[in-house]
Amino acid sequence: MTLDEIRRILNCEVLNGDENLNEEVTSGCGADLMSDVLAFARPGTLLLTGLTNVQAVRTADVADIKAIVFVRGKVPDRETVELAKAKGIPLLATRLTMFEACGRLYAAGLRGENESEAAQDAGGVRLHSTV
Amino acid sequence: MPGASVFTQQFEVRGRDFANAGRASTAVKEILKEIGVPPATVRRAAIAAYEAEMNVVLYARRGTLELQVSPAEIRLHVWDEGDGIPDIELAMQEGYSTASEEIREMGFGAGMGLPNIRKNADEFRIESVVGQGTELDIRIRL
Repeated sequence: MTLDEIRRILNCEVLNGDENLNEEVTSGCGADLMSDVLAFARPGTLLLTGLTNVQAVRTADVADIKAIVFVRGKVPDRETVELAKAKGIPLLATRLTMFEACGRLYAAGLRGENESEAAQDAGGVRLHSTV
Repeated sequence: MPGASVFTQQFEVRGRDFANAGRASTAVKEILKEIGVPPATVRRAAIAAYEAEMNVVLYARRGTLELQVSPAEIRLHVWDEGDGIPDIELAMQEGYSTASEEIREMGFGAGMGLPNIRKNADEFRIESVVGQGTELDIRIRL
């Protein structure tokens, strides 16, 4: 699923990475605890989070997260956006809640870490949107 | 001793310095990428370094993170001055945490830090003296 599709589905404002919206994410991960992201997220995933401080971007950088969607209408401060620019991590923001945002992306075909992994383990194709 | 060190760099980490927390780990990641370490290995080292660095920021007064790269392995050696860990076995359990509400608001304190480090390391040693500090020795084979 491309970042532009995600922007459309979640009615996002783009805070960083306008020029990267054609890039694809292979799975989604929703979490406010960064250690959970570090433990469970796979490279190339989309992170949905309500955590808007600089650690969200540092975590994304360290764990090879493709892009971040901030939920619940929260937006990060300028320093956080600047770091994302420096690290090349697209940032989007939606007014939707975490549950609603994850639900809409799931309904559109994006899958979580577990299912992507299960499909891989079973030798099947990865369950991400082919739209 | 698995090969001579060809690269060593130390990073100072200050307790409670939330604005700079994670800088050492992102620098470690950049260095390993530049050296040409495979991306999956870079990611493991970066995650382990980040969790270790955050532990210093969140729980200690100050600490040092040392990156050593030899042909055989990546070593992350982290030592801090702080309260130490009274029960390491308990601290190694997933979900166990002594984090304050303030730390949780930062997105940390899920009780996954040390287990995450162990998961990403090929060898992991932790020693702690209550009232003095904690030392981590993390090794990832190349």
